[in-house]
Amino acid sequence: MSSVVVIAGYGFREAVRRKVFTVVVLLTVVFLFLFWLANHYVFGELSQITPPADVNVDTRTFAGAFMFGLAIFATLFLGVVLAVFLTIGVVSGDAERGLLQPLVVRPVGRSTLLLSRFLGAAGVSVGYVLSVYFAAMVITGLTGSWWPDRIVSPGLELAFAVVIVIALSLLGSVVISSTANGIAVFMLFGAGLVAGLLGTIGHALNSDQVKHASTIAAWALPFEALYQDALRMITENASGLTGFLLQLGPFGGAYVHGWGVRVWSVAYLVGVLAVALFGFSRRNL
Amino acid sequence: MHAQYCANVSTALAVRGLRKRYGSIEALKGVDLEVGEGELVGLLGPNGAGKSTLVKIAVGLVRASGGTAEVAGARAGSRSARAALGYLAELFRFPGWYTADEVLELHQRLAGSRGGAPERKRLLELVALDEAAKRRVDGMSKGMQQRLGVAQALVGEPRILLLDEPTSALDPVGRRTVRLLLEELRGRGVSVLLNSHLLSEIELVCDRVAILLGGELVAAGTPAELSRPRGVELETDEGLRTVEGALRDDVPRLVGEAVRDGRKVYGVRVLTSTLEDTYLEAVGGETD
Repeated sequence: MSSVVVIAGYGFREAVRRKVFTVVVLLTVVFLFLFWLANHYVFGELSQITPPADVNVDTRTFAGAFMFGLAIFATLFLGVVLAVFLTIGVVSGDAERGLLQPLVVRPVGRSTLLLSRFLGAAGVSVGYVLSVYFAAMVITGLTGSWWPDRIVSPGLELAFAVVIVIALSLLGSVVISSTANGIAVFMLFGAGLVAGLLGTIGHALNSDQVKHASTIAAWALPFEALYQDALRMITENASGLTGFLLQLGPFGGAYVHGWGVRVWSVAYLVGVLAVALFGFSRRNL
Repeated sequence: MHAQYCANVSTALAVRGLRKRYGSIEALKGVDLEVGEGELVGLLGPNGAGKSTLVKIAVGLVRASGGTAEVAGARAGSRSARAALGYLAELFRFPGWYTADEVLELHQRLAGSRGGAPERKRLLELVALDEAAKRRVDGMSKGMQQRLGVAQALVGEPRILLLDEPTSALDPVGRRTVRLLLEELRGRGVSVLLNSHLLSEIELVCDRVAILLGGELVAAGTPAELSRPRGVELETDEGLRTVEGALRDDVPRLVGEAVRDGRKVYGVRVLTSTLEDTYLEAVGGETD
């Protein structure tokens, strides 16, 4: 257990020392400022927007959910950037640079080493995602007097989505070079986002085939399903035209959701980590 | 032949029939080698001979394709084998933001060493880095980092040290520091497998030498065993005269003949090949 703490601490220290962490923190500060500015103007003009009498839309809920949905997307994106850059080279990159060999020959065990690095990266990334998530929520809440229907659960799902990306990135680092791994993980991330949008389009067009393709993608890349579910939960109680319009927007949806996909996400994470551990145990360094 | 490679002392490292294949390339073709307790063995060979592969298998970084490797009686790569060894890779790096003291502390914790600050201080003194304990790695010269690497390998008082080119980045003073350190370790009963291109260094410190070529062990023995007689050199009033093919036992006869011939003999030297000659002979002039 003490080895886990030592290596996780080593990874944590490496994470906060790296320039990417500073860059992400700076980007986050810029993002949160711009997000506050956007909320300030959107909610400032909300009182002047009057929908037609026969259109029953809760403009505050629509604006709040849309803005906070945007923040959730940005949080996921920044969280994934941080997670990927913390983990793309944990095995291949560190082995090429000669950082890994002195650690691996110690009587710690390769599985302990990899799991500890996973825990270190997950600790940093989860802390980051939850911080930005709640900061954005507070900005929207205080600026627009709108709060999501579910406060904690969407943030946890978002953080778990990033944890799955970390596991995929670690698996990639076992089998391919750092550069190739970075490209591969971002392509997977992009594919997941496109699949989510595809699902929204499929439901708007009522196309079973498009919906089916989106569903398969959501199960294959469950971080996308968790992200969509987080978006769904922030307006869980919205109904009528407001709920319908939100579902059609880029930050609505979640056509694969519920406990099924959450349990699957846990199993998926365990599976990806198991494959990564097996690959690392057999890898020549 | 096998018996020649193996020391008759209890074994710190035992490699038998070791094979390693990388795709179509056979890096090791059934190598036998032993390093006894307190023995200092030098591993020589041109690049690509399989030296680093052998060392990496012994420390558990690479999986063997065949044969066996044991460290302190435990399967190479196992936890108990790794607990018994110290290793310095040919290409290694420590995190730049760590100080020398922090690097050693990290490795103490991973090795389960209870030596604490006194052990770290002693190790830094051993490699002449005691003044740099608080200096960050990224502020150190390559030579200082290499000496720190040697100190790191010694954390936890390992039974056997496997050093892959430990002096490649060192200046003559740094090499001397490491050489004296190796001699001191041998005195304490620590076994060492030293992989180096520096023949003079190996010749100076090693008890035995093993030469690898193309994944096979082509020569092994003590430096004296490996040296070949090259004749006897007589210094007389007529100058230097070399009698090719003559051995040490021929010296009395050669001196007697010279004296009988009326020559004044000022000195006699038995010529033997150097380790470099032996090495070049063994590898057939193959260059790196």
